[in-house]
Amino acid sequence: MTTVRLLVGTHKGAFVLTSDERRQQWKVDGPHFAGWDVYHVKGSPADPDRLYAAQSRGWFGQVVQRSDDGGSTWEPIGNQFQYEGATNTHKWYDNTDHPYEFLRVWHLEPSLTDPDTVYAGVEDAALFRTTDAGKSWEELSGLRTHPSASTWAPGAGGLCLHTIILDKDNPNRIVTAISSAGAFRSDDAGKTWRTITKGLRSQYIPDPDAEVGHCVHHIAMHPSRPNVLYMQKHWDVMRSDNSGDNWHEVSGNLPTDFGFVIDVHAHEPETIYVVPITSDSDHFVMDGKLRVYRSRTGGNQWEALTKGLPQKDCYVNVLRDAMTVDSFDSCGVYFGTTGGQVYASADAGDSWKAIVQDLPAVLSVEVQTLS
Amino acid sequence: MIRVELPANLRTLANVGREVAVSVDGPVTQRALLDALEAAYPMLRGTIRDAVTQKRRPMLRFFACEEDLSDQPLDAPLPEEVAAGREPYLVVGAIAGG
Repeated sequence: MTTVRLLVGTHKGAFVLTSDERRQQWKVDGPHFAGWDVYHVKGSPADPDRLYAAQSRGWFGQVVQRSDDGGSTWEPIGNQFQYEGATNTHKWYDNTDHPYEFLRVWHLEPSLTDPDTVYAGVEDAALFRTTDAGKSWEELSGLRTHPSASTWAPGAGGLCLHTIILDKDNPNRIVTAISSAGAFRSDDAGKTWRTITKGLRSQYIPDPDAEVGHCVHHIAMHPSRPNVLYMQKHWDVMRSDNSGDNWHEVSGNLPTDFGFVIDVHAHEPETIYVVPITSDSDHFVMDGKLRVYRSRTGGNQWEALTKGLPQKDCYVNVLRDAMTVDSFDSCGVYFGTTGGQVYASADAGDSWKAIVQDLPAVLSVEVQTLS
Repeated sequence: MIRVELPANLRTLANVGREVAVSVDGPVTQRALLDALEAAYPMLRGTIRDAVTQKRRPMLRFFACEEDLSDQPLDAPLPEEVAAGREPYLVVGAIAGG
């Protein structure tokens, strides 16, 4: 009986991996949308059989797909992402002004309560929303028209809005992150936004503690403590205890300050996971060893988790949306690599096993706990 | 009917074979043909022309009768051979590989 479903986006299609609660034997279904980049696939918390997938390709632009049967069949839905009003500009790599132009969807975040409502984080950085199951998308333009938006500049991966966090206790609160502009919070359901970057420090930007310009890689939150946010930044792992109003570094004894993923244990809000990457020059794990680091203290004290993971000749990366946790009593942790492996731990990271070894490069991993 | 040949990724998306046939009311121009194609296969909207600007995607080309029509005016008539269905209109993706 299927009780857990993994949704894996890769550079050449999407895969749906299913198992039972033991999470030892997996069925692999795919590729869906073969040959296309699938940046993200995510299910609705309100209707687990409702899935949304962001499918794109340089030749053909953006397609968005919806499934109403847990990923067995898919239907293309609306793919018109039109910025609202007059198009403003952001900074280009050469510091010239560059008009905002839609390139692709990086992240889809379904509403916690309504299966027809989904938020989309896109490149060039903006937040869109559908309330009709994807037929149409409207921009929540208050973010892109934030007073600082004309100064935002893309990171190497583009000016992408890649993180969207919703708060079940406060429907008006949305947290987003943009590379390489920073982090932003709305307390009025996306109408207006403020930067939440106080305490961030980035050594190699002109003003290390500037309000904008930080390359935030990912943010995670535990639903039971929405005021606590964890961030993997281009440099350093950070923590906020007041919804991003202030941040402090919790990198502690991590072997590097660079990485992409960060996630929180399903039942232990102070237990967090990262995968340190060698550096921004070398986008692979250190010393040929794939190690997940876990902190049970909300940061600063970290332990390497290696059982079942390759500890020699491994040079993969783990991208920002490629880690997730399930909500079984024994919390499952999953991540995918640019080498095409998807690893699973059914014991909160103590031991790992590769579910699949040879998928295309993994861009995202999401999990649904179905019972 | 006008014959349109699609690149592989779009055939998969539209769940069709190599070639589709569409009818065009009025003068057979590239704009009218692409409008008819998107009307018959709505999932192709935005994949050949940008959904907002309606500009041809830069890594696609339009060929017919051994001519590159990509930069021809969208409202210019297509060759009679295409309008009569004797030659296909080709939507071609830029070649990728080594």
